[in-house]
Amino acid sequence: MGRKTANIVRLTLSYVVLIFIAVCAIYPALWVLLSSLRPGTALFSDSLIPDTFTIVHYKELFTNPSFQYGVWYVNTLKIATLTMIFSTILVTLSMYALSRFRFRGRKMTLTIMLVLGMFPGFMSMIAIFIFLLQLNLLDTHAALIIVYSAGAVLGGFVVKGFYDTIPRSLDEAARIDGATHLQVFVKIMLPLSRPMLTYVALTTFAGSWVDFIFARLVLRSKDNWTLAVGMWDLVSNYQNSNFTLFAAGAVLIAIPITLLFIFLQRFLVQGLMSGASKG
Amino acid sequence: MNRHRSTAAILSLLVMGLGQLYNRQFIKGLIMLAVEAAALMYFIPNLGRAIWGVVTLGEKTQGLEKIGKISVRVEGDHSIFLLISGLITLILFLLFVFIYVMNIRDAYLNGKQRDAGVAPASFRKTWAYVTDRNFPHLLLTLPALGVLFLTIMPIIFMIMLAFTNYASPDHIPPAKLVDWVGFQTFANLLTLKTWSHTFVGVFTWTIVWAVIATVTTYFGGLLVALLIEQKGIRFKKLWRTLFIIPYAIPQLISLLVMRNLFNGQFGPINQYLKFFGMGKLPWLTDPFWAKVTVIIVNMWIGIPVSMVLILGVLTAIPKDLYEAADVDGATGIQKFRIITMPFILFSTAPILITQFAGNMNNFNVIFLLTNGDPVKGDYQYAGSTDLLVTWLYKLTLNNSQFNMASAIGIIIFLIVASFSIYNYRRSRSFKEEDMIQ
Repeated sequence: MGRKTANIVRLTLSYVVLIFIAVCAIYPALWVLLSSLRPGTALFSDSLIPDTFTIVHYKELFTNPSFQYGVWYVNTLKIATLTMIFSTILVTLSMYALSRFRFRGRKMTLTIMLVLGMFPGFMSMIAIFIFLLQLNLLDTHAALIIVYSAGAVLGGFVVKGFYDTIPRSLDEAARIDGATHLQVFVKIMLPLSRPMLTYVALTTFAGSWVDFIFARLVLRSKDNWTLAVGMWDLVSNYQNSNFTLFAAGAVLIAIPITLLFIFLQRFLVQGLMSGASKG
Repeated sequence: MNRHRSTAAILSLLVMGLGQLYNRQFIKGLIMLAVEAAALMYFIPNLGRAIWGVVTLGEKTQGLEKIGKISVRVEGDHSIFLLISGLITLILFLLFVFIYVMNIRDAYLNGKQRDAGVAPASFRKTWAYVTDRNFPHLLLTLPALGVLFLTIMPIIFMIMLAFTNYASPDHIPPAKLVDWVGFQTFANLLTLKTWSHTFVGVFTWTIVWAVIATVTTYFGGLLVALLIEQKGIRFKKLWRTLFIIPYAIPQLISLLVMRNLFNGQFGPINQYLKFFGMGKLPWLTDPFWAKVTVIIVNMWIGIPVSMVLILGVLTAIPKDLYEAADVDGATGIQKFRIITMPFILFSTAPILITQFAGNMNNFNVIFLLTNGDPVKGDYQYAGSTDLLVTWLYKLTLNNSQFNMASAIGIIIFLIVASFSIYNYRRSRSFKEEDMIQ
């Protein structure tokens, strides 16, 4: 067999495998999308592509009074947006301090943060639950926003890694010219960190958009629920009788976040790498 | 000559802020006096009860008491509320003690300046100093408070629970009290047959799962990355984007969808198997197949992450290495074995450890896909696919075995933390952090 034939065989095989993986990767998403457009309510169907398409399930999500999908969407949007704003501020400020300044207890702080970040989250849920109960914050959105934002600080190592790479000479020059720390931060660092800020903002937004463990614990009444809690409820209670409705709801939650992540792709490597090695 | 410094320090020791007033730093002194007043007003009625609460966990159960001829329900002590509010008071008290010590130190240092003949700093000057020298501390105050009360406090609380008997059915407040039991919970976990059997089973599966999940996603990702980066493959960007989709879909959604896909009765996977003339598989209902399913689904979610990661590493390999190998007449396989693979392994090793730790705690995949089921009869509140972490969740939220859940949480934490700290300490960036500058 000549070198050329071997090459062709190799490439053909590779394409076959690539196409196979691509089908596996897309199939579930495609299946949900098509199911959401299928008439009827059943999970079972004879073919992947429905004979007729309908958007009745999407309409039902917002009109059927027993689901309150619209209310959940607004709730989630509100919680995610406010969490995004507060987390970004907190993460940026604290990681800037930890990256730029050398002070006593700094390394200790970093190690403590790393260790705390590894504690199983729900180990603390009962305590937070009682804490919120005593502060009269149960079943409120404020509770979620506060806890998410405070928690985001522990995940901010990526941001620290980013600030570590900005040359120190920049702010030293500004300091020599008489700028205060605050001025250096606002006038030099903030504009430079726009890509990082975008990253933090979007990931915290996405995080609170899909979190359901904590949301389920805190939010008691149905009209306070977020999308995640509502969808979870849909699956555990109505799944078999109303699968297509669930599919429509899933599409509406997944599309914004999926687009966001595809857009964020280039930050992904950076985040993963610095999460592990930059510390 | 050291008259001012000791006078100021002693005055501040007596009453917070007095030393500052003596040093003629009036605004600072008044602020501190106000802090002390507020603290006294809070701590005098609360501190004693807090200590009593944490030490005894309450003494009176809720019950009926005869007052005259009628029985009245009397509220008892709620051990858990006592514990947590006591904890909060004690943390606040420690904070206050810290501030108090700083106040004495401040009075002493300013007194020392006066001894040396320097006038004490004005409030404006102090303010400027704080925002300059202590700028990082200022930035960190708010996040630190958030972390203290929403992360550290709950963790201390949960660690304490592991040393109590807070569990259903006999020790659930307010009807019953909770007591300190020392290491009894840990002893039960390891020696009581029902608990230790479940623990060993779940622990073994957690480790097996974490190893398989890490290895499959890592090498799966490696394979896919190499496939895409081969010479002669076209549309590289298209493939990359297609393969990233599973990662991009929120796990909550994709896992709930997978639960339907693998549905034994109506799910499409079994429909296709039937179409190809094969029997239906009990994907989620048989213990063995349920384990296979979670691993397959986890590959679907995890491979894209490794792929992106390894694609990044591949682009970083210096091209001249390959050129040199070409000159020496190396074959493709040799180049892969001697250049590519060591390079990838070297730069991704720390991530492998992180992923292993992450998989041990991979709550989402198990909880949303199988919920730990199928149920296993001889397990204590756990199913065949439960990881330690989902078992902990069930023990807490469904079965009220709070003390056992805390004990397990501590064990998980010890395992994961030792991995990660080792990993972190070893990583170059921790040692050479300042070299980037």
